Amino acid sequence: MVPELGHFALILALLLAIVQAVFPLAGSLSGNRPWMVMARPLAFGQLTMLGIAFAALVQAFVTSDFSVLYVTQHSNTVLPDIYKVSAVWGGHEGSLLLWVLFMAGWGAAVAVFSRNLPLAVLARVISVQGMIAIGFLLFMLTTSNPFERMFPVPQEGRDLNPLLQDPGLAIHPPMLYMGYVGFSVAFAFAVAALIGGRLDAAWARWSRPWTTLSWVFLTIGIMLGSWWAYYELGWGGWWFWDPVENASLMPWLVGTALIHSLAVTEKRAAFKSWTVLLAICAFSLSLLGTFLVRSGVLTSVHAFATDPSRGLFILLFLCVVVGGSLALYAWRAPEVSDGGRFHFVSRETSLLANNLLFVAFTVLVLFGTLAPLIYEAFGWGKISVGFPWFNKMFLALAPFLALVLGLGPALRWKRDQPMRLVRGLWWALALSILVLALSYLPAFSGGHVWVPVGLALAAWLTLAHIAVVRERLRNKGGLTKRGPALLADLRGGGRSFYGMVVAHLGVAVLVVGITLVSNLQQEEDVRMSPGDSHEIAGYRFEFLGVDPVPGPNYMAQRGHFKVYRGERQIDELYPEKRAYLGGGMPMTEAAIDPGLFRDIYVSLGEPVGDQGDWALRLYYKPFVRWIWLGAILMALGGVLAVSDRRYRIARAPARQPVRQPVQGPATDVTAAA
Amino acid sequence: MNARQKRMLLAGAGVIGVGVAAMLALSALQSNIAYFFSPSQVQAGEHPTDAVFRVGGLVVADTLKRQADGLTVRFDVTDNAETVPVSYTGILPDLFGEGQGVVAKGRIGADGVFHADEVLAKHDASYMPPEVADTLKTAHADGIVEDTAEGLKAAGQTVTR
Repeated sequence: MVPELGHFALILALLLAIVQAVFPLAGSLSGNRPWMVMARPLAFGQLTMLGIAFAALVQAFVTSDFSVLYVTQHSNTVLPDIYKVSAVWGGHEGSLLLWVLFMAGWGAAVAVFSRNLPLAVLARVISVQGMIAIGFLLFMLTTSNPFERMFPVPQEGRDLNPLLQDPGLAIHPPMLYMGYVGFSVAFAFAVAALIGGRLDAAWARWSRPWTTLSWVFLTIGIMLGSWWAYYELGWGGWWFWDPVENASLMPWLVGTALIHSLAVTEKRAAFKSWTVLLAICAFSLSLLGTFLVRSGVLTSVHAFATDPSRGLFILLFLCVVVGGSLALYAWRAPEVSDGGRFHFVSRETSLLANNLLFVAFTVLVLFGTLAPLIYEAFGWGKISVGFPWFNKMFLALAPFLALVLGLGPALRWKRDQPMRLVRGLWWALALSILVLALSYLPAFSGGHVWVPVGLALAAWLTLAHIAVVRERLRNKGGLTKRGPALLADLRGGGRSFYGMVVAHLGVAVLVVGITLVSNLQQEEDVRMSPGDSHEIAGYRFEFLGVDPVPGPNYMAQRGHFKVYRGERQIDELYPEKRAYLGGGMPMTEAAIDPGLFRDIYVSLGEPVGDQGDWALRLYYKPFVRWIWLGAILMALGGVLAVSDRRYRIARAPARQPVRQPVQGPATDVTAAA
Repeated sequence: MNARQKRMLLAGAGVIGVGVAAMLALSALQSNIAYFFSPSQVQAGEHPTDAVFRVGGLVVADTLKRQADGLTVRFDVTDNAETVPVSYTGILPDLFGEGQGVVAKGRIGADGVFHADEVLAKHDASYMPPEVADTLKTAHADGIVEDTAEGLKAAGQTVTR
């Protein structure tokens, strides 16, 4: 009964989405106010229906209702309760349901928090979201209905893939989806602006907090994925340039370009059509990511069993969304004048460089990811692109990005004096060069040339931002009262500024992490007998043997290690090899001694011979945590920026005329709004 | 130089820059791609002798042998028509096993043994790497490919050394 209710709610959601896509938009074009007013209740109704559908699926999982095919495939009775819930999005159908639920959530949030948005704009935004929802709901109902029944009802379900029975992976997909789907808001704002022909600073201001927030979710999602891969897949890597990872990285790269470009559009009313294009691209790449992951056209280490008809549907949907929005763009964007001229030495230039670098890198990642498809389509053979290529491309662009990143915040809008810049930043540059020289010494770099480069760039980033904060505080309250000035600034309108600083410092931390772990890590595959010791990077691993240990729904072979630094024992590690009762699929559970400056990592390979010997993998990972720490700082910076008072004021009911004065040349090109 | 000429100059420089960058990226790509060959193709000598490539198929039952050092393994990969012996030093993925689909990346030695430095095994009971599925199909061995339509999500596993 409950699954049918869920199915029914899903169908109602589709009907609501159709109404939502048609009426508010039509109302906004014809000036029919009652139709526009429908937008808000429709957004809430959509969320309610999908909430009911989702709750129905959760209920089916929690009560282990194996008459539902999807539950049978992804859960069983011995699965711990918490994973019964996370199993809801452990497969294709449930992930999609989560996706549309989040999209409805974003839509409802826009309806709640954009009280001062002109009604016509809100109506269009909600309508565009309705159109996307139609696509996804049709997709679900026709090819991947999570509520499909199965008779006869099996006694026991299969299992949730053991790789997914992990807290990190329970929250990784929701975060990622929140980010992906969040870009649909930016997309909807952009398309709504194109429909209305109204692209201006006000549009950028409305769109900015939503874009930044989705970017924050995506950042956290990618970070969790990387962290999960590191400890759960058992081979100690944190990024593999795998198609599925690239699929999440591409929207992130374009999204990063977008939040910077939006800043220019808001402050200087420049880059307008470019910003719109980025917003369209960010969401299109999210859809492309879904297509790549769901269609199975690419060989991935995140290997999905897939269904070609699903891939075809998403591909068609992708074509409609990308084609439609680009056509709209081509039609309307030329009418938008790109105001806000700027001089070569200006913040605009640095942000333009940022955008170009991010887009260039996205194009490269996209090309590398799709190259196997291109080669096959042209009959050039079946290829895979090795990750060294991606690394090379990354290293070719990243240093320039870091250099610009240090300069950008120090630059003034429109026009700056090069000499002023030199006066403000010479000491940061000098210290960075000092770091370069010091870390070039073999004692630090171990002969790897990228170590000094990475460390110097991180130092440059950090110091340049310190210089910028100092200058701001000096202008605000004088250097003598730095603390109070900082607090007042944080309470006042400075949060987006400090958010930017924190996020950029996150980049510096990330650069340190990537540089050091990539160049200085040590890893060895060894064969050890119980009682053996093996030393890497100054740490001695003593292997005490492997014993069988039962878990809640698996049997584990648990290894026991003592780790010594010199004579002092620093930790005991218990890596496991698990066999799950549901599927009999083996799983490696690595044991990690985490630290801010290094991780010690042990994972069990397989038993060798009959004397209790094992093939083992031992790792020393310096500064690996800094990679995720950097990502967390970036996300924190984003949150700080979103909490800026500027956006809160924008949220309060507007007393002044809804049309805000436009900065720069007049951009209101249509009367339709 | 007026504004228009300046813009043209900038656009020209941009196009040239993008062109050069694309050439560099493509030439770097050439040295980093690995073509896929089935065991039949390898035995027919179609594979490159001086470059890294990939070979895939099913691991032949009873051919998985561990060498004396405890870390090197030898096994045969087949497309049900021909087989290729593969050698790999290191820890194999969890789902590696005899009769399972596998893709190995590496070079072929003078002894005719494929020395893999990366082994990709399927990581889901119902997943088969697409190349392997194709290979088995072309070798007229349909039916060995399991039902791949199950919507199980899984992350696979490579081993890189």
